[in-house]
Amino acid sequence: MSDVTALSTPGAISANPSARYYVSGEHHPENGTLLGFWLYLMSDCLVFACLFAVYGVLGRSFAAGPSGADLFDLRLIALNTSLLLLSSITYGFAMLEMQRNKVRATLIWLVVTGLLGAGFIGIELYEFAHLIHEGAGPQRSAFLSSFFALVATHGLHVTFGIIWLIVLMAQVTKHGFIAANRRRLMCLSMFWHFLDVVWIGVFTFVYLMGVLP
Amino acid sequence: MSAHTDTPVHGADHGAHDDGHGDGAPHATFKGYMTGFVLSVILTAIPFWVVMGNVFDKSSTTAMVVLGFAVVQIVVHMIYFLHMDAKAEHGWSMLALIFTIVVVVITLSGSLWVMYHMNHNMMPGMMHDMHKVP
Repeated sequence: MSDVTALSTPGAISANPSARYYVSGEHHPENGTLLGFWLYLMSDCLVFACLFAVYGVLGRSFAAGPSGADLFDLRLIALNTSLLLLSSITYGFAMLEMQRNKVRATLIWLVVTGLLGAGFIGIELYEFAHLIHEGAGPQRSAFLSSFFALVATHGLHVTFGIIWLIVLMAQVTKHGFIAANRRRLMCLSMFWHFLDVVWIGVFTFVYLMGVLP
Repeated sequence: MSAHTDTPVHGADHGAHDDGHGDGAPHATFKGYMTGFVLSVILTAIPFWVVMGNVFDKSSTTAMVVLGFAVVQIVVHMIYFLHMDAKAEHGWSMLALIFTIVVVVITLSGSLWVMYHMNHNMMPGMMHDMHKVP
């Protein structure tokens, strides 16, 4: 890092632009974290693909129990979906404020994101509690087992995303936008948007297609 | 953004001081996020409307429409929120993504295909039918 700043003095730039281009390619390995994190997300994608496959195979095995059409309240799911979608855009706003080096604005948007995520988890837990209360717990049928496995895995990811978010807010409050914190915030950004992508699959494949006759 | 003549040489860089988010950083813009958000809202609202309003008579038509919108929305998220393009990380992100999509498609379609046929061939009523039909 210090090599870069030492070399990119105004004199060096105007003297030889190609030299500076070389340098900015040189500190690339620093960003290996983002590629590595992307690879982690792709492996996570495979985990979800397996759970989706299980749901796809077992999703119509009701064992004479309730079906998706009996259980799912689509208005609740629409509310949940909009909460998660809104949290995606507010995280995006936090990243934009980070690019402008505004710590306070970033933290405010992160708090909003966390609250929206917590609202999502709250509604999901309410839905689960309601289902279990109605006797439609994971042990009722293969359909409900695979449903709880898939949706709860996504919910767990969001929960850990919120914990990560809180830890990062503490980090940013304490240390500001140091390079490590920027990198962490970008990793969490990818994680958070990735969870929204998985949720698209969940609400389409599980809920919307689940209520079809 | 400086207006020096040497900036276009490394157009991927924002300025001289941004060592924290160098070439690996996505170029997030307010416009990009808003475009993605508006598209996502539309692409979410339509499938919900299609299902909740019973727009199509056949469930298979509804399922296909809903799945189509989901695929489009995933692509929108990838481009506008996850900032995917062929050049990110010198193409390695895209390569990993393509590999993952191939594996996911094989997993999903393979599982559904094999298990559907297995279910079909192990229907309890099937032996019964075979006695009747000929």
